[in-house]
Amino acid sequence: MEKKMINLIIDGIAVKVSEDSTVMQAADSVGIHIPRLCYHPRLSSVGACRVCVVEVDGAKNFPASCVTAVFEGMKVKTNTPAIREARRDVVELILDNHPKECQICERNNNCELQQLATTLGVEDYFYAGERKQFPIDSSSCSIVRDPDKCILCGKCVRVCSEIQGVNALSISARGYKTNVGPAYNMDMKDSVCINCGQCTLVCPTAALTEKDGIKETFKNLSNPDKVCIVQIAPAVRVAVGEAFGFAPGTDKTYEMVTALRMMGFKVVFDTQFSADLTIIEEGHEFIKRLTTGGKLPMFTSCSPGWIKYLETFHPEFIENVSTCKSPQQMMGALIKTFYAKKVGIDPAKIFSVSIMPCTAKKYECARPEMNSSGFRDVDVVLTTRELAKMIKQAGIKFTELKKGEFDEPLGESTGAAPIFGVTGGVMEAALRTAYEVITKKELPSIDFKDVRGLNGIREAIVDVAGTKVSVAVVNGLANVHKLLTEIKEGKRKYHFVEVMTCPGGCIGGGGQIYPQGDIEAMDKNLYTQRSDGLYDIDEKKKLRKSHENPHITAVYKEFLQKPLGELSHKLLHTHYHKACPKGVPSEVRDTVSIG
Amino acid sequence: MNTCTCAPELKEKEKQDGLKELKDFIKTGKQLHDKQGALMNVLHKVQEIFGYIPREAMDVVSEELCVPTAHIYGMATFYNFFSLKPKAKYQIYVCKGTACYVAGGARLLERIEDELKIKLGDVTPDGLFGLAITRCLGCCGLSPVVQVNDEVFVRLVPEKIPGILDKFRKMEKKTK
Repeated sequence: MEKKMINLIIDGIAVKVSEDSTVMQAADSVGIHIPRLCYHPRLSSVGACRVCVVEVDGAKNFPASCVTAVFEGMKVKTNTPAIREARRDVVELILDNHPKECQICERNNNCELQQLATTLGVEDYFYAGERKQFPIDSSSCSIVRDPDKCILCGKCVRVCSEIQGVNALSISARGYKTNVGPAYNMDMKDSVCINCGQCTLVCPTAALTEKDGIKETFKNLSNPDKVCIVQIAPAVRVAVGEAFGFAPGTDKTYEMVTALRMMGFKVVFDTQFSADLTIIEEGHEFIKRLTTGGKLPMFTSCSPGWIKYLETFHPEFIENVSTCKSPQQMMGALIKTFYAKKVGIDPAKIFSVSIMPCTAKKYECARPEMNSSGFRDVDVVLTTRELAKMIKQAGIKFTELKKGEFDEPLGESTGAAPIFGVTGGVMEAALRTAYEVITKKELPSIDFKDVRGLNGIREAIVDVAGTKVSVAVVNGLANVHKLLTEIKEGKRKYHFVEVMTCPGGCIGGGGQIYPQGDIEAMDKNLYTQRSDGLYDIDEKKKLRKSHENPHITAVYKEFLQKPLGELSHKLLHTHYHKACPKGVPSEVRDTVSIG
Repeated sequence: MNTCTCAPELKEKEKQDGLKELKDFIKTGKQLHDKQGALMNVLHKVQEIFGYIPREAMDVVSEELCVPTAHIYGMATFYNFFSLKPKAKYQIYVCKGTACYVAGGARLLERIEDELKIKLGDVTPDGLFGLAITRCLGCCGLSPVVQVNDEVFVRLVPEKIPGILDKFRKMEKKTK
């Protein structure tokens, strides 16, 4: 049914919008930006912050434009002295209950509250008084919660519930004691939080940030007894440039390599190498399951938020998940075994760092079973944001760097590897290899366009030597819950499912650069640009199938012997355990898509 | 941070009986389509059964209604009617109405906190005393006043506090 169109006047401009629009959307459509704080285009609107108030003819008060529906003949004013004053008052009240420590804050110069205060012309602390005082919760490996900086906009609560279906956070108590945190005021580490970090992306202030890994990294870089080795995940390279003024999607792989060497890393490896390795192991595992009647559908295992989600909320699917470690952990295990032996370094002296677009990777590397080298396989995980910060702290002019080269033998990758960083990429990479391994024929067309895109759930059927292989790609855990529920109900049937915790996959990871300017997290254009960047890297590679990577072949020949072999099992595979869940995922809802 | 705001433990038997009653209540009410909407009703029942909202009960409610614990916790802490701490046997209310305040109510409160080693809003670990403030009790001429359950103590000075507390402790011993 066609939607009715509504005519209204905003600041003297005639506007025509569909009947289900809000005043804020109507204003946006004619280039009027109403200031906002708790509003997010991908989340439900709650009208909590009252920053977006407007004047409506005939209304007794100033309604919040994000939750006020348009009506025929409506007359709205967004820019009157009274409105400007009201908004300023609202922001002043928030500021006066907020720590005055901008200069030493993580989000300095990148804070929505700070920006609002400037744009609205707040010039004094009019309502200064007692401030709320809560302890900082740094119990989690991934996320630090500083409630004093929280302005109670509730965006984290909504992203956790509506996009991720995890519901780790809620707003509790009332009045001055109002606080955002896990159930029962428990520590983040004991809560059902799956460490994805989407809350850190939508938090307007520094109330939710990643756990710092910079200090430990710098400390080890200046320790002459340590050999610092680093690996870089695919999705980092198309986002890190944003922190230095480059357009999203710009490939900064080799400038990053140079920067890391300047900081003191002795060896720079590419997680894309172990992405190729993952495809070999996971591809063979899939073929084995498919041909020997193993548990299907098989789910991918490279996204650690998904793994914790699985263990917490859907342990009945544990046997369906590939036993392959994630590329980060495969690389970590290889560095402290294969590489250490090859070049004759004592693995105890290796300090292994990985640069990830992800906060959950910090949790993954700390899992007790991730020590198959006899040591902790990866010592510290840094997010893309932390890397950008380190580059700045080290005084490196990122915009003027020459390109560097990865080290051998764990630095080469095929085009199948970069696309791990975007939803659908792991599936595509796996299909490229599985097809050729099963059929022993060359793929007629290398691009699996059906599994690309940013939609929440996508499906495809691939003909592999007469067998119709049914695959699905899912991103965002609320979508995962929907998919798993429908698989259980028999409504969906697949052979192979790729799962990414974050909307868009790793390009939208919780550790990525904060969107710059007016752009919000989960922005379609932003994620499309980053994703195009990765597909571009893929296309430019001469070799685009993991099994064609000559260095992978060499590692098997020299060290691992064969896929799914004994050593592979020891170093490259893992197991999962049922967590003690005290949470319930959100009820089944419509698929949430960025695209 | 580690101390969760819920509950000294109920006795195991009481707890299990209560949880069973709660589950039965939810099951008979399952015709309710809107599970989130049922939450308010169910939390009232929890408060009625236990006298407060224990964490175990919130876990049960979460599983039975399929509502996340974080959401339940948010609701249970929002409404004043719900309490996350068990009620004490002897609830002490210190009047902080204007007259009592002027006459030294705050000093009484301090003394009680010192004697019981608890803060306002807390309950002693043995569950005997709870401490709360109240607004005017309507006997300003006798200020400052403190009420313990139904009994009102008038024209108090801090020095009288230990005696009053002892009186209830002795009463408790006798009943045992």
